[in-house]
This record gives sequence, C-alpha cells and structure tokens, in this order.
Amino acid sequence: MYTVSSRLRTFSIALIIIGLFGIGYGFITAPKTVDDVKEMMHSAEDSHGATTHNEEKATDAHAMQSAEDHGSSEVSEGHGDEASHYEHVLSQAQNRPWTAIYIPMIFFLLISVCALVFYAIQRAASAGWSPVLFRVMEGVTGYIVIGSVIILVFLAASAMHANHMFAWMFKSSDPTAANFDFAMETKEWWLNVPWFLIRSVIYVLIWIGFRHLILKNARLQEETGDMKYFKKSFKFSVIFLVMFLASELFMAFDWLMSIDYHWFSQLYSFYVFASMFVSAITVIALVTIYLRAKGLLPQVNDSHIHDLAKYMFAFSIFWTYLWYAQFMLQWYANIPEEAAYFHPRLIGDYQPLFMGMVILNFVFPILILMNSDYKRIPWFVVFAGIIILVGHYLDVFVMVSPGTVGNHWSFGIPEIGALLFFAGLFILVVFSSLAKKPLEIKKDPFIKESEIFHY
Amino acid sequence: MSSKVIHALYDDDDVLLNAVKEVRAANHHIEEVYTPFPVHGLDKAMGVAPTRLAIMAFLYGITGLGFAIWFLNYIMIVDWPQNIGGKPSGSFLENVPAFIPVMFEMTVFFAAHLMVITFYMRSKIWPFRKAENPDPRTTDDKFLMEIEVDGNEDEMTSLLESTGAIEIKVKEKH
Repeated sequence: MYTVSSRLRTFSIALIIIGLFGIGYGFITAPKTVDDVKEMMHSAEDSHGATTHNEEKATDAHAMQSAEDHGSSEVSEGHGDEASHYEHVLSQAQNRPWTAIYIPMIFFLLISVCALVFYAIQRAASAGWSPVLFRVMEGVTGYIVIGSVIILVFLAASAMHANHMFAWMFKSSDPTAANFDFAMETKEWWLNVPWFLIRSVIYVLIWIGFRHLILKNARLQEETGDMKYFKKSFKFSVIFLVMFLASELFMAFDWLMSIDYHWFSQLYSFYVFASMFVSAITVIALVTIYLRAKGLLPQVNDSHIHDLAKYMFAFSIFWTYLWYAQFMLQWYANIPEEAAYFHPRLIGDYQPLFMGMVILNFVFPILILMNSDYKRIPWFVVFAGIIILVGHYLDVFVMVSPGTVGNHWSFGIPEIGALLFFAGLFILVVFSSLAKKPLEIKKDPFIKESEIFHY
Repeated sequence: MSSKVIHALYDDDDVLLNAVKEVRAANHHIEEVYTPFPVHGLDKAMGVAPTRLAIMAFLYGITGLGFAIWFLNYIMIVDWPQNIGGKPSGSFLENVPAFIPVMFEMTVFFAAHLMVITFYMRSKIWPFRKAENPDPRTTDDKFLMEIEVDGNEDEMTSLLESTGAIEIKVKEKH
C-alpha cells in the first residue's frame, strides 16, 4: 500500500496556493475599461521609446487580426476605427487570465484522459508487458473527474459571457444584427451555446463513465480472480476506444478549434490526440520512475522503462508527423482562410513558440531517445520526459493563445500561476488516487508474463 | 593451432543453448553455430559482440539528409530559382516545407539501403556465393555447433555427449 509522503503533499498544496495567488493577480491586474487599455499602451510606449516603431508594427498586424476576429461585417468599416480597436485590445487583455488558466486546465485533463486511453489500449491488446504498470495508469486517470468538473465550470462561465474566449458565442447569423458574422450562417447549427454545452457534458460523461466501468471491473477481477470480469474489462476497453475516438474528435473541434472558428482543419483532432497521448505516456513513465525510485514498484524492471520510452519516442514522431502534415498542406495551398490561422504562428508573434516546440517535441526526443541503451537509464528518460511535457504545454499554448489574446501574449505571473495551480492539483489528485489501492496488482492473467518481461 | 574441428549436432534449441553455455564454461572456443532459425539469446550465450549496424544506419541516414539538402538547395534555390506557382524560392528556409517530404524519403532510402548493403558485405552474402553449410539438416530442424579442437579430443567429445548432442563428428578444418 502506497501512502502519499507528507513532503509531496506539502509540495503540491504549496503549488496550488502559489498558483491561486498567481491566478488572482492575473484577474486583478486585467484592465477593466478602455481607458485602462489606453493607459497601459501609452505607458508601454513611453517606457520603451525606442521600440515605439515595433509597437506600431504590432498594432498593424493586430488590426488584421481584429478584422479576422470581428468578422466580415466589420471589415468594411475599416481598421482605422480607433474606438473599436481599443475595445478589441481590451477584450484580448481581459482574456489573458482566462487563457492562462484554460491552457493548463485542458492540458492536464487531456493527459489523464489519454492515460485512460493508453490503459484501455493495453487491455484491448492483451498486452503482456504492462500489467505491472496498470496501477500507475489507473492513478493518472484519477484526475479525470475533477478536471472535467473544472472545465465544465469554465465553459459554462464562457457561455455566460464571463470572458471572450470563444468569439463565436458573441456572433449572430442574422444579417440585421450588430454582431452579424457571415461565417455563422453555415456554422450556427453546430456552434451554438446550448448544444455546445450539452456536447461538452456528453464527452465528459463518456470519459468518467468508462473510467468507472473499467476500473470497477478491474477491481472485481482482482478480488475474485474471475475471468468473467477480465473479459468484461476487455469489452469495455474496446467500446471505450471507439467512443473515445468519437468524443475526442468533436471535443477538439469544440474546445480548441472553435477558438479560431473561421478556420478549419480535418486532422486537427488527431493532432490534439497525438500531442496529449505522448504527454500521457510521458507522465505514466515519470510517475513509474518516481515510485520505482522509492522502491514501491519492485516488479518494474528496466525493460518496462525501455518500453515506455519507446512509446514516448514513437509518439513524439507521430505528433511531428501530424503537426507537419497539418501545417504543410495549408502552407502549400496557401488559401487565405487557412493561412490566416498560421500567419501569427509561422511569421507572427508566436514564431518562437511555434518553432521552438518542434525542437522540443521532435528534435530533442529523436536524438535523446533513439539509442536503445539510453532508454534504460531512468534519469535520461526523466530528462527527455520533462522536455516533452514542456513542449506539449507550449503546443496547447500555441493552439489557444493566438485566438484569444492575439499578439498581446506574454508568459508572466498569470500563466505561471495557473500552470503551478493545475500541476499541484494534478500531482495531489493523482498521488491520492494511487494511495487508495495497493500498487501490486494481483490475479491478472498476464501478471506473471509482465513480471518476467524482458526486452 | 589444431586443424581439426568438432561438429556436434543437436535437435532442440534449448538443449543447444545450454550446451553453448557449458562449452563456454569449459573454456573451449566455439567457432560457429548453425541454426535453422534465430535462437533467442544465442548471441549472448556465445558472447558475440553486439552489432553496430544501427550506428551505421544512423550515419547513413544523416548522409542521406545532407545529400537531400544539398541537392534541393542547389537545384531549386541556387541553380535556377524559378517562380513556380508563387512558391518562395529566395532561400532554402523559405521553401523548406516543400522539401521535407523529399528530405525524409532520402534519409530513409539511404539509411535502409546502405545498411542492407553493409549487412551483405559484413556477412559476405552475394549471389552465386558458395553456401557454407556443414550439414544440410541445419537448414531444416537440426542445430550444429562447431568447436575448435584444443588438447584432448576424447575429453571434448565426452563433454559434448554429456550436453545432449545427438551426433558428434571430428573433421579436418577446410
């Protein structure tokens, strides 16, 4: 039986408290009115007299963004309208603390959902190597429930216009309305608030429901040793994988792609999945290495670490493949409605992040984890794992930020605070759910094979 | 150095693996083992050094990548920078997304083919090469261990018999 060490508990609670202060600071310092924005921008210009020119350039690029965000109706009114410009900057600046919490919120929730997917794959494939890691995977999925509740609250707040994260929530397909957006004429049947919220609840229920079913069966099977439950777990896992794919497909469209609702990409959901799946495997590997270093997982040998590291390596490349496929097809064809999505990312203000994450998520893992011997060295896997997690956090950052805060992004106290808060919460919940059951799994038909697994 | 070898024939891979360990423990040099299929763990039991083929493949891959970069840069950017459908041909980096499919394929092509050729050369396999097979049965269901004779021939024969060999022959080395 594992108990959360008091040091870990204190550490994660400290993260949560520091994070809360950071989040609070973000909301307090966000500008309230247009005058605040004007003051903010003027003081920025005064203090950076030499960079005034750059500031103007950014404003130009920003005006383009503004036209994009506000829809075609405002394009005809021109970008020169100063009042609407400041209003736009205000909504972006007000979005910043919301964006800051949305990114780690979705990052950690999808990590734990994808850990459940990995677990279901191991069960559905009747994998012989992984049963000794089942408890770790079950522990990582422990965050699904609370993470889902938090995101539903967030989406409900967005639907009640507490923030400007989803611009389509402020648009109408009615040509006489002031908030008319031509794009909504064809999208409103899908992108409307009630249906959006119902869908979000459905996704979350699918994940929580199947987690409950699969874990309950696994527990019954362990207690009774009855093969009936083992077969049932197999069946639930297969059904879950199908249901997950469907829910994830639309989840990525709703929660992430609809932020840039003028843009669309077919493989976006798979791209999001690849990003979160490799992060989930990385988290599983990190938790395994942590518990093993404390001597709590005596059955786990270097070959298990090696297998996890192989998955990290392979899915890093899979992520890169999808990232590149999505980017290159739209870069090559260069259709304006698609290129507008990549403009801020490829040559705009997000270029360092957009390019940097390719180095973190592809170049580093491929060079570090290619050698078979290195994949057996725990600290090496930890090193690679941290790089991968940072890279995929940036990936979510680049998915969300350009559509919500636009060119005014920065990585400051609100972002760090939110990241620490969710990291602390994740650690606390995951390790508490690990502490609920013994780490050794018994009466699994594959456990013997897994214990003597050797590669 | 003796010019004689002993051929010990086995009919089971587990027996063979144990025999290899025992012969090695008795400090005899195993020249070669002939098997009809890969026996897992045989190379470790024999003490064969790990292969460096993967390292070569990595180097070949880098060669292929380098070649592709030079090749595309020379043709598309340096030699004749045409405007083809508005694609930027001013510098390599501007147009690199269009080159990556070729760069990727060339990396794989070089790594795969040169590694295979290296394997053929190192294992001395080519068409019309005379097969070196001491006993045709080793391609079907028997396993053969070839040991250099050093010292007492009878003692070695009895050692091999004790390991479960079904047939033992002493031969002149060719």
